[in-house]
Amino acid sequence: MLGFLLKRVSLVIPAFIGVTLLTFSLIRLVPGDPIELLVGERGIAPDRHAALRAELGLDRPILEQYAIYIGDLLQGDLGRSIVTKQPVLTEFLTLFPATIELSLCAILFAVGIGLPMGVIAAVRRGTVFDYSTMTLSLTGYSMPIFWWALLLILTFSVHLNLTPVSGRLSALFFVEPVTGFMLIDSLLSDEEGAFLSAVRHLILPAIALGTIPLAVIARMTRSSMLEVLSEDYIRTAYAKGLPPVRVIGMHALRNALIPVVTVIGLAVGVLFAGAILTETIFAWPGVGKWLVESVHRRDYPVLQGGVLLVASVVMGVNLIVDLLYGLINPRIRHGAST
Amino acid sequence: MTTETATLAAAEQPPHPVVEFWRYFSANRGALAGLYVIVCLGLVAIFADMLAPHEPQAQFRDALLTPPAWTDDGSIEFLLGTDDIGRDILSRIIHGARVSMSIGSLVVTLALTSGILIGLIAGFFRGAVEILIMRAMDIMLALPSLLLAIVIVAVLGPSLLNAAMAVVVVQLPHFVRLTRAAVITEMSKDYVTASRVSGAGMFRLMIATVLPNCMAPLIVQATLGFSTAILDLAALGFLGLGAQPPTPEWGTMLADALQFIQRAWWVVTFPGIAILITVLAFNLMGDGLRDALDPRLKR
Repeated sequence: MLGFLLKRVSLVIPAFIGVTLLTFSLIRLVPGDPIELLVGERGIAPDRHAALRAELGLDRPILEQYAIYIGDLLQGDLGRSIVTKQPVLTEFLTLFPATIELSLCAILFAVGIGLPMGVIAAVRRGTVFDYSTMTLSLTGYSMPIFWWALLLILTFSVHLNLTPVSGRLSALFFVEPVTGFMLIDSLLSDEEGAFLSAVRHLILPAIALGTIPLAVIARMTRSSMLEVLSEDYIRTAYAKGLPPVRVIGMHALRNALIPVVTVIGLAVGVLFAGAILTETIFAWPGVGKWLVESVHRRDYPVLQGGVLLVASVVMGVNLIVDLLYGLINPRIRHGAST
Repeated sequence: MTTETATLAAAEQPPHPVVEFWRYFSANRGALAGLYVIVCLGLVAIFADMLAPHEPQAQFRDALLTPPAWTDDGSIEFLLGTDDIGRDILSRIIHGARVSMSIGSLVVTLALTSGILIGLIAGFFRGAVEILIMRAMDIMLALPSLLLAIVIVAVLGPSLLNAAMAVVVVQLPHFVRLTRAAVITEMSKDYVTASRVSGAGMFRLMIATVLPNCMAPLIVQATLGFSTAILDLAALGFLGLGAQPPTPEWGTMLADALQFIQRAWWVVTFPGIAILITVLAFNLMGDGLRDALDPRLKR
């Protein structure tokens, strides 16, 4: 197991170095002078220009610049936002809980609905339920989620007036940020109705973000269940006279879940891409919206640091999923060590 | 030789690969439906000028936010209504098909050809070259696709062509990985050894001998790549990082639709339906192609 662990971790390190190279070269690849880009159209005095160049370290040799960049990274210094002058890491850490909260709820929604749908579709193979599940799942998979989010707003907020259009909490409430997770913070606060308001704000973005993972999970669960259901041990379980619920729930689902768990783990990248769009539409103050805004504001340090942080999170989660997968499935572990 | 044996021999002869492929493909109704939709979209894209009732950029100042024709206030002149500056939505969607289909083809062609080339190099030369290429692809896959595209657009500046380049880069690793894996599998087969022994040069071996046998998964990936390309381009357009107004691009058309969501549902609805139908068609056809081209699934 240790060998497997070391091997997987050693694969992540070059990928991480590669991402730092990418983010490092980002600001240097932009056509034109980086300082001119930073200050915008107003222009800048030559002496201030030189001072800024020195401040950003752009007057040193490129290798030295990279060494300084890595040195700063290792000390947790990702630079400061040009717009807010706040450290990039601080901004990220303030906004990240909102994105995690949204993503977790989206994944809960996707698993909570996708998993039973896939199981029932596999058990009732060839029925109307099976066909409609598969059609819905293919449609969900092909859905442009920014449009889906607009449709949800149109239906539930504009026509039915059930949910708010944007933000995380109604302006009527003030909730002290303790954990950064609005659902928890609103429960901790004394404000009556704040929790309900937080839930109502969360529902539509979570559905919008969870739709593609839901479609993938339903499809994956169905095909994985179909494979397991044709195994000999399932026939044996039935032959022993076990009730179908027990056979499907205990014997089949347990084994069918292995690939599904991987899919859920690997959905992190998909969720981040989706969060960029979902957060922008619902004005959800998370990392995705922050990154899009940094592009529009030409706030390159934010984009640079944000991309690095997001990539690190995605790589970290993928690594954990891989390790867990090796833990559940000995075939992978041993296959990798030999 | 009697005619009887001749017909017997003909009956035993396996069908031409194309015929066999079509038999499997056309048995899949979803895939066929996808193909028909794609052909229709292609025709709409080519004949957009003739089909569209109005110019996509033409503004009808006396018909701002006209609802679709079948509603009470609708006008037969604007079947799907008009947007906030009086442009005909149907005409813009028809011209949007041209934008999406042509940029989609451009993206897939570029990603496919450069992916094949890099993948062939990685698969043939192995060693340090392969490691370098594959690690670079891993890094590109470590970033969420849309984020990578946004980074590239941030460097190049927002425009339709730059967004297309970004999507090419995002799709590249998938083609490289597939090609490399297929090449490595094929290289150990006897026919490649035979070709090598009989003196085929490196280039011939690469392009004429090995590559045609690697094409099946690549064709499937190219079809599915078309759908992700259209989705990503629309998403970038929506974020204001792709096609710029007034280009009639479906995602860009939705970019400021949020403002009119209260009073003009048609501005929000129709461009999205166009994206959904197109992406769905390519996904259906891609699934059908995979089933038809994968020999393991053949009964």
